[in-house]
Amino acid sequence: MTTLLINKKKYSIDVDPEMPLLWAIRDSIGLTGTKFGCGIGACGACKVLVDNVATYSCLTPVSTVIGKNITTIEGTSENLQLLQKSWEEFNVPQCGYCQPGQLITATSLLNSNKNPSDTDIDDAMSGNICRCGTYQRIKSAIQHTVELKKHR
Amino acid sequence: MSEIQNISRRSFIKNIGLASGGLILACNYTLFSKDIASGIATEFNPNLFVQLNPDGSLIIICSRSEMGNGVRTSLTSIVADEMEANWNRVSVKQATGDAKYGDQNTDGSRSVTDFYETMRTMGAMARMMLITAAAKKWQVPENECTAQNHFIIHSSGKKIGYGELVDVVTTLPVPTNITYKNPKDFKYIGKYLKSIDVKDFANGSAVFGIDKRLPNMKVVAIARCPVTFGTVKSFDKTAALKIKGVEDVIEIPRIEKPFGPLGGVAVIASNTWAAFKGREALEIKWNCGKNEGYDSEKYMIELTERVHKAGKVEKETGDVNKAFGEAAKVIESTFQLPHLAHAPMEVPNAVAWVQGDRCEVWAPTQSPQSAQEEVVAYLGTTPDKVTINVTFLGGGFGRKSKPDYIVEAAMVSKAIKAPVQVVWSREDDIKHGYYHTVSAQYMKASLDAQGNVTGWLHRSAFPSIMSTFKPGTDYPAGWEASSAAVPFDIKNFKIESGQAPAMVRIGWMRSVINILHGFSTNVFADELAHAAKQDPLEFRLKLIGSDRIEDTKDPIKYNTARLKNVLKLAAKNANYNKPLPKGHAYGLAVHYSFYSYVASVVEVSMIDDKVKVHNVYTVIDCGTAVNKNTITAQLEGAAVFGMSLAYYGKITAKDGAIEQNSYSDYRMIRMNETPKVHVEIVESTEKPTGVGEPGVPVIAPAIINAVFKLTGKRYYNLPLSDYDLV
Ligand code: FES
Ligand code: FES
Repeated sequence: MTTLLINKKKYSIDVDPEMPLLWAIRDSIGLTGTKFGCGIGACGACKVLVDNVATYSCLTPVSTVIGKNITTIEGTSENLQLLQKSWEEFNVPQCGYCQPGQLITATSLLNSNKNPSDTDIDDAMSGNICRCGTYQRIKSAIQHTVELKKHR
Repeated sequence: MSEIQNISRRSFIKNIGLASGGLILACNYTLFSKDIASGIATEFNPNLFVQLNPDGSLIIICSRSEMGNGVRTSLTSIVADEMEANWNRVSVKQATGDAKYGDQNTDGSRSVTDFYETMRTMGAMARMMLITAAAKKWQVPENECTAQNHFIIHSSGKKIGYGELVDVVTTLPVPTNITYKNPKDFKYIGKYLKSIDVKDFANGSAVFGIDKRLPNMKVVAIARCPVTFGTVKSFDKTAALKIKGVEDVIEIPRIEKPFGPLGGVAVIASNTWAAFKGREALEIKWNCGKNEGYDSEKYMIELTERVHKAGKVEKETGDVNKAFGEAAKVIESTFQLPHLAHAPMEVPNAVAWVQGDRCEVWAPTQSPQSAQEEVVAYLGTTPDKVTINVTFLGGGFGRKSKPDYIVEAAMVSKAIKAPVQVVWSREDDIKHGYYHTVSAQYMKASLDAQGNVTGWLHRSAFPSIMSTFKPGTDYPAGWEASSAAVPFDIKNFKIESGQAPAMVRIGWMRSVINILHGFSTNVFADELAHAAKQDPLEFRLKLIGSDRIEDTKDPIKYNTARLKNVLKLAAKNANYNKPLPKGHAYGLAVHYSFYSYVASVVEVSMIDDKVKVHNVYTVIDCGTAVNKNTITAQLEGAAVFGMSLAYYGKITAKDGAIEQNSYSDYRMIRMNETPKVHVEIVESTEKPTGVGEPGVPVIAPAIINAVFKLTGKRYYNLPLSDYDLV
């Protein structure tokens, strides 16, 4: 049995320790907000926070995250929730599929950088593909969230 | 008899998944949109439904698929606006695949075009009936009552909510003389509405096909022959069965139909990872079949040779050869564009559960009816026994209108008598798609001494989409060939096609044939402007020529004034005539497709010999704009989609197998490469026309034209990564 701590909840699952966290989350635990896009670390759809840092869950064997704090799109974190509001405000999603990964990556950025520049945002977000092409709105929504936080 | 009816008290509402107790208006839009006056009263077979419940909630059934196109929001907002409904009380129910809905295939950028008038009429009828109901309740004349934001208000000031009128309104007949709102009073139409589903997308709760779960569901990965239409010779499953979670391995045959599965070896597992691992462990020998020789590099040479010889004449006016003979200058160019894959973020996948002669499916599909048809045919059953539930689609772009992956799920479920989910890996998606066609094009034009274009020859060779439907087809269909017929005011004009057999499955991809014809015509026109020593903008406007309506067979006519207008506006928005920073240049392109007019002006620079797109100024004239938020988003997305194919889009085949694998070598534009996209939507009261696709074809040629200005070098082939320019 492997025990994972996801969104502050403990889950015990019987899986191969080599199984990528992505599939443990989606198939064994049943949280489907985290998405599969490529399985090779090329698209970012699968990102989750591991101890507050955005991580490709498709490349992360479950054995390496035991005892760590995992947050998915279904979880709560101050920055995630603020970003989600901005996402709605800017009507960011088109098909919506890549957006959990985008939001997790943006959360990770704001966790480590209170005032990201344009280039910081590009650098942080460029591991995430959006085939629908919502990048411009993603960037606006991140910038808006940064501004909101400054004036709180 | 009106084709919109009050069916609140009819029994069949259960079949469409609506609860009884509310006002339900139903309409047969298929008939409605044709000429019903001349029709004989047929059986009422409704396919659009609007339900107002006693608690005031309003449910609209959406029969089109949501894949980022915003259709659930735009269609719904049309009804809600005419009805004077409160947007916050509206929700959408997704229709299953059923012939009664008319054509549900969500492609061709036509959802709003097809439904606009009918949706308005239903909303207007509901509003009028609510007024009648209130007047009855209050015993006052109807003309003293008005509808406003989910209430009927009497001139005395008293008001009553829509929900409270349901009991009376359900007993009323539908009105025959409809009064519509004055468009200036629209609250939602023509405004910027957010997606009705935006919250669910942002919190991860939206259920895509791949998120569907059933108790005891097995996950299936299928190994398919690397060569299109190859079959299994033999396989060894021993190693696969040793993997934890793998439960069974079976062979599935190919079904020789346009949307038939390719066949292969299916690994059945308890989870997706085990299924993928199990598949890796298979040892399979294939019969590769006749496409084994496909080498796309060699094929491109053949296609190119073909367009350098006379082809089949598709359209001809005047005498191009005479024009070429008398010209002051003759220009010739050859264009080569590779295959492309759709690569939607959500891979093809489907859940199916076959029980006897019944089957229920949950899938991200653009075409639930084709899915139903194929599953019915496969099971040898009847449509009433096959339910196709349409989930959210994580992108479609045309890939998900082909239900091969759904039939795969039905096949495996039937074989193992359990619910299954077939999941494609990204590699499967890249290697076994329905590819955008590969093409060579040859163009030749003549200029007179004043720089006017006197002759224009456009010859293309590319495998037709029809080859998927009618194997052996090796010339383009009429609609494919005629998309090269740009409305330029040229006396001598000729379009020809060359022969081109297909060696992979060809399918339509966002903006389809316009990708290649929009590219070649826009790059070539720019080249001619340069040869004529004229500014590309002025030259192009002259080439389009006088204001006129082109005589086409289409129901919606091609208006050159609207085409010139979008180009002028895009130039204006870009400040086209003002000098740019040093090392920056503009490129422009304009194209008509899906009955809409789109122009883009792009601002490009070269930094360290690499292309950088800074700004894209796009203008669209799509007639009446229903949801400007969606339209803007679609054009922002189209710019990125167009850039992806311009920069990186290239699928190649060697020994019959596709060489690319995943997003690593079939790359997409990312945020750091994304320009600012500025969108203007032309105000118009014309019929609404396409939005999702027409923004794509202009992007690549506009970039190429800007790069020419910067470097003096004209790139005729894509992608730019082949030239190390990105
Ligand atoms: S699924 Fe993990 S990066 Fe694509
Ligand atoms: S919104 Fe569709 S992939 Fe990003």
